Amino acid sequence: MFSVATFLSSFEPLFWAARFTLLISVLGIALGLVIAALVCAAALSRFAPFRWLAALWVSFLRGVPLLVQLLLFYYLLPVIGIDVPALVAAVVTVGICASAYISEIWRGAIMALPTGQVAAATAIGMAPRDIWTRIILPQAFKLSLPALVNELILLVKASSLVSVVGILELTRASQAQAATTFRPLEVYLAAACIYLLINLFLAALGRYLEHRLAV
Amino acid sequence: MPGASSVEIRKVNKHHGQFHALKDVDLDILPGKVTCLIGPSGSGKSTLLRCINFLDEYESGEIRIDGQLIGYQSPGGARMPGRTLREIRRSIGMVFQQFNLWPHMTALGNVTEGLIRVRGLPKTEAERRAREALEKVGLSDKMASHPSRLSGGQQQRVAIARTLAMEPRLMLFDEPTSALDPELVGEVLNVMKTLATEGMTMVVVTHEMGFAAHVADQVAFMEKGELVSVDVPDKILHNPQDSRIKAFLRTYHERNSF
Ligand SMILES: Nc1ncnc2c1ncn2[C@@H]1O[C@H](COP(=O)(O)OP(=O)(O)OP(=O)(O)O)[C@@H](O)[C@H]1O
Ligand SMILES: [Mg+2]
Repeated sequence: MFSVATFLSSFEPLFWAARFTLLISVLGIALGLVIAALVCAAALSRFAPFRWLAALWVSFLRGVPLLVQLLLFYYLLPVIGIDVPALVAAVVTVGICASAYISEIWRGAIMALPTGQVAAATAIGMAPRDIWTRIILPQAFKLSLPALVNELILLVKASSLVSVVGILELTRASQAQAATTFRPLEVYLAAACIYLLINLFLAALGRYLEHRLAV
Repeated sequence: MPGASSVEIRKVNKHHGQFHALKDVDLDILPGKVTCLIGPSGSGKSTLLRCINFLDEYESGEIRIDGQLIGYQSPGGARMPGRTLREIRRSIGMVFQQFNLWPHMTALGNVTEGLIRVRGLPKTEAERRAREALEKVGLSDKMASHPSRLSGGQQQRVAIARTLAMEPRLMLFDEPTSALDPELVGEVLNVMKTLATEGMTMVVVTHEMGFAAHVADQVAFMEKGELVSVDVPDKILHNPQDSRIKAFLRTYHERNSF
């Protein structure tokens, strides 16, 4: 029998764990955005070694599963004498991993802009800095929003992997809860609802931003 | 027009990769005159035009605007600093086949952008001048529209207003009507004719032989990266001596007869 009472009472402890899920995803993507900006700039640089570094960064981080990256990072840090809490290690790893995908999203958006727009700006004597901030980035950012929201949602779901370094996020907490209550169906359904809620909210936020930036 | 620019092009060479796109090109563009560049596709017309404001970087030879070398500090010397290059470009307007408006800005925004960012004008003054420029091209009622809401002819006129507002002394046009529906060509050519009668120095790459015949002061014919011949329109368009020009005009007439 499905117990509505167990289903409802599962929410409270799971919400608590979901805060880690959100924290890791949001901080992870925030860090990812910052690193991605640098990686993207390097990928578009006129200086070839920068482009090689960016390509290396992207292909390594996209080619190795996040789970392996988490474990690598978690066990590597103490070896080189850095002792950080698991949560920090998780955020940094998620951020680094996200940066590879986000930088490619941005590179794609920038390359999708017709080159004539830059030619027109150059021809009237605009400086490169103004061309970037006034012509390229506003358009590329708007163009990249749907893909960024997509990436954020993927991250929220992938954040369940950080349980391997001992963080009790939503999925791990549900497993524990299911084991103690012997009510897996109710507990996992509650967990599914929370994931869905988070991601519906993120999707709505993305659409709102897109709308705000609409021409 | 006071301060209309002249351009001297001397022995200019330019490669696109392995491809020799301009071969020892010589051309004089006189102040206040209209020069039309014609020739088959791939002959280097756009490349030559884009070398004049150094959007395309020529490798050897000299291009001088009012005597000042563009792109290099001295003939065959080091590249000119970006700031100096931008200063020269301010007084050269360029109009493209694909308009190249900035779609995230209104018509007015497209025109004020350069006035604010490049000329450093305050917003109100920039808007006053932008309105003037848009009125001049007959678009006073479209200032708040984004490019996607404008017809091709209107977009091209916004693009012309965008360069006019910068008060150029030289205007470069790269097939400004080639992307337009036939019924919209006239409105753009009319704006260009007005500019010509006001004494603007203009270099126009075009397939509009009517415009070349009636508005140009000189017509230059290019083929395979060479400037084959330059003369008054009548000599090039009606009494060409060179067999390459004859062949080009023959295909042109065949394509345009029905
Ligand atoms: N960026 C580029 N990279 C490589 N090749 C180029 C580039 N731009 C032009 N070319 C080549 O240089 C040659 C001259 O090009 P250009 O655009 O100047 O010709 P055009 O006379 O303007 O032709 P059209 O009438 O088709 O516009 C062409 O063969 C073209 O393929
Ligand atoms: Mg061309």
